[in-house]
Amino acid sequence: MELYDLTIHELKDKLASREISVNELLDSFYKRIGGVEEKVKAYVTLTEKEARESAKELKAEFKGKLAGIPLAIKDNLSTEGIKTTCSSRILENYVPPYDATVVSRLKEAGAITLGKTNMDEFAMGSSTENSGFFPTRNPWDLERAPGGSSGGSAAAVAAGEAAGALGSDTGGSIRQPAAFCGVVGLKPTYGLVSRYGLVAFASSLDQIGPITKDVEDAAILLNVIAGHDPMDSTSVKMEIPDYTRFLKEDVQGMKIGLPREYFSMDFAAEVKESVLAGVQRLEEAGAKVEEVNLPSADYALAAYYIIAPAEASSNLARYDGVRYGYRSKKAHDVKEMFTNTRNEGFGDEVKRRIMLGTYALSSGYYDAFYLKAQKVRTMIKEDFDRLFYEYDLLISPTTPTTAFKIGEMTDPLEMYQADIFTVPVNIAGIPAISIPCGFDSNNLPIGLQIMGPHFGEGKIIQAAYTLEQILEIKDRRPELEVSV
Amino acid sequence: MTTEYEVIIGLEVHVQLATESKIFCDCSTEFGAEPNTHTCPVCLGLPGTLPVLNKKVVDYAIMAGLALNCEISEYSKFDRKNYFYPDLPKAYQISQYDLPLCQNGYIEIETGNGSKKIGITRIHMEEDAGKLVHEGSIDRSTGSLVDYNRTGVPLIEIVSEPDMRSPAEAREYLTQLKKILEYLGVSDCNMEEGSLRCDANVSIRPVGQEEFGTKTELKNMNSFKAVEKALEYEVERQKQVLARGEEVIQETRTWDDSLNKTISMRGKEEAHDYRYFPEPDLVPLEIDAEWVNEIRENLPELPLERKERFISDYGLPAYDAGVLTDSRDLADLFEECVQAYDDPKTVSNWIMGEFLRLVKEAGIEVAESKITGKLLAKMLRLMDDGTISSKIAKTVFEEMFKTGKDPETIVEEKGLKQISDEGKLEEIVDQIILANPNVVEDIKNGKDKAIGFLVGQVMKETRGKANPQLVNKLLREKIK
Repeated sequence: MELYDLTIHELKDKLASREISVNELLDSFYKRIGGVEEKVKAYVTLTEKEARESAKELKAEFKGKLAGIPLAIKDNLSTEGIKTTCSSRILENYVPPYDATVVSRLKEAGAITLGKTNMDEFAMGSSTENSGFFPTRNPWDLERAPGGSSGGSAAAVAAGEAAGALGSDTGGSIRQPAAFCGVVGLKPTYGLVSRYGLVAFASSLDQIGPITKDVEDAAILLNVIAGHDPMDSTSVKMEIPDYTRFLKEDVQGMKIGLPREYFSMDFAAEVKESVLAGVQRLEEAGAKVEEVNLPSADYALAAYYIIAPAEASSNLARYDGVRYGYRSKKAHDVKEMFTNTRNEGFGDEVKRRIMLGTYALSSGYYDAFYLKAQKVRTMIKEDFDRLFYEYDLLISPTTPTTAFKIGEMTDPLEMYQADIFTVPVNIAGIPAISIPCGFDSNNLPIGLQIMGPHFGEGKIIQAAYTLEQILEIKDRRPELEVSV
Repeated sequence: MTTEYEVIIGLEVHVQLATESKIFCDCSTEFGAEPNTHTCPVCLGLPGTLPVLNKKVVDYAIMAGLALNCEISEYSKFDRKNYFYPDLPKAYQISQYDLPLCQNGYIEIETGNGSKKIGITRIHMEEDAGKLVHEGSIDRSTGSLVDYNRTGVPLIEIVSEPDMRSPAEAREYLTQLKKILEYLGVSDCNMEEGSLRCDANVSIRPVGQEEFGTKTELKNMNSFKAVEKALEYEVERQKQVLARGEEVIQETRTWDDSLNKTISMRGKEEAHDYRYFPEPDLVPLEIDAEWVNEIRENLPELPLERKERFISDYGLPAYDAGVLTDSRDLADLFEECVQAYDDPKTVSNWIMGEFLRLVKEAGIEVAESKITGKLLAKMLRLMDDGTISSKIAKTVFEEMFKTGKDPETIVEEKGLKQISDEGKLEEIVDQIILANPNVVEDIKNGKDKAIGFLVGQVMKETRGKANPQLVNKLLREKIK
């Protein structure tokens, strides 16, 4: 195995024992990027110059939890002095003057940023095809989409273009691409990780989380990014456990629920089989598995497509061409400048959601849409609360299908269905992980989702780690032809 | 026969709170700094930034709420008010919509028919916007610049009930409101610097009719006087519209101070849909009784209480107490002086008379004058011990007002000490008697009043420094 194929914990050991140097590691990653990036197109911006400088500044002791570890950062996380575009034309040349809290925490821990990754514009989408620049390709099959919106981050990790990455998840944007790309993606509890510096899509749903090669790496990254931040009023003040303590093969007596509503949906048979096979392995390992009811799940997607666009319509209103980013030159007055800037700067999906959200919040429609959606939200929360009173965890597929082909999904509503299993988790604010549980007949990875109660990341990690050890598929990597 | 109309007025007042930092970030709120120097990623609304509520803003807003007799909500929240404008960096203003911090209060005002309560519907917190600066004159400007220093300065909006029945009542409401807020120290209420802004809703209805007429909203009034004038104009305009058999249109009108009239700005159909919804970046505000009680206990004395105390403690007439407590600074000046000089009525006379005259002439605020209570007390004692006459005292006071110098120093430097030396005065009195034989004759013939003329002559000769009682006595002795 090459260095770029290794996990964060493996690289940490090699760096700590001086077996390799940070520069050798960077050499390995940038060489790999040079070889495959032309095909995968995971990055919007590469920051090799800054990465080499960070390497120089690193103290030799490697005391930081991530000292010398090369990571990829989704391009909706604010990075001081480095372009942060959200894969949108409207922010194409925007260079922020400040670091997101998670970015500063990674820096303090000694991590090195390799570059900023591609995404669906403003995180709106499930395929990374909505990027304002170019689509990213799935390393398992370059004809296929890597999922989204954190498609660049997931593809980079799967292709060995980064040891790990940060993504953001509003309705499945970490877990769905992780499933499509055969990597691990964790969406933490809303409020566990500071959102300060995450360019907002839907503020009440957005969460930052790790995308990694295995569960242990996810725990290591979560340890660094979790915790209260005075700059984010919605981040919780609580004692953060050491998540690596939960890396043990033990599900003895754990009560796991399988939501009937999920499994009775019409979705890919291979996905269903693979997930149920994974569940069975956990049962064999001592977990108690039962079918459960999650009646409100049917309404989750509808509520999501009111709440998220409503918040987005407000969050994205600031891109008006006045202060930063793109400004239309075809304008005679301020109003025209606003209109043309936004018309020329935003892509179709973003415009669609801004219009949806604006409509949902308009006077006369607010009660019927936004308020109703908030009531559904409460119902969904209560449903999950009720289940977690009795069960430790819930398991479902992460996605109804494996990776689809680029250009295949033309109907936006069909695309929205890709998030059917992931969205309820964001609505309820609970944590969930996606781990690979198998491959379909096209050799495409299948993701299994484990959901837990608020701040139940520890239990989720424990179950995910156990299954990962049993399945023994975590070292499988996509075969990518390297261009010279 | 012409219809008699009743005027209905409600006011919306925006007040900048005098906190040191902005409502959602640490930037300074100082007025008049270089453009865009008091900004940061948060108040500029850069992508990814989040607001964090300044607790001091809530404290100040609760103080205002308590002083205006409001209920303080145990649970309130912030909402986003969405609209596009270059001075609004997030394209939404964080405000409070359906759950404001304070509700159901009132202010007591004095009217021609005694005192009256004007209801306060609500007080809510919000952030201020920036300021547009046009290059050159506004009609020929080729570009606009934006100064974001004011962005995020905390505001409270105080909304009254439609309880005012005349423009004069509206002005009195504003006067009382300003006085209370100044007493609290939560705002400097400077209308010129924009720290107090007022919009008015006005309608008329035939006397006896219960339902309200169609209202218009008035904006852009930059002084209390302008509010009163704009309302007077608008009431008259509405009356004329109805007299012509037309209907008043619901619209927003702007007051033009130079033309002395209101001009239509936008109609009802052009009104914004602000698409309010709960601000997801802030957690709801829960205020327990302990928090409110602590603020209540530390509330400073309010104008009405202080007026009552001035009447009872100092034995002042109600009129004096009213004038003196009109501003916190004036009342402070009075009390500082009374502590050093125990004759409240004399102190009151000087402050209400000479002091306020000079303040008005100089066109300054009470706080800007150089007179302190201690200086005034010292001057009054110089009068009592005969060092200066009451006439000279006015000269000394004017000098103190200008320079802030100690009265003793002024008397010394200007040689204003009263002449009470009998020998010295006798000489001058003799001279005056000699020089005015006709007047002396008149006095001897019983025209007693004429003696005043001679006193005046002596005062003139001594440039006011002669002790008038002594001069009077000497003249009478000599002319007898």
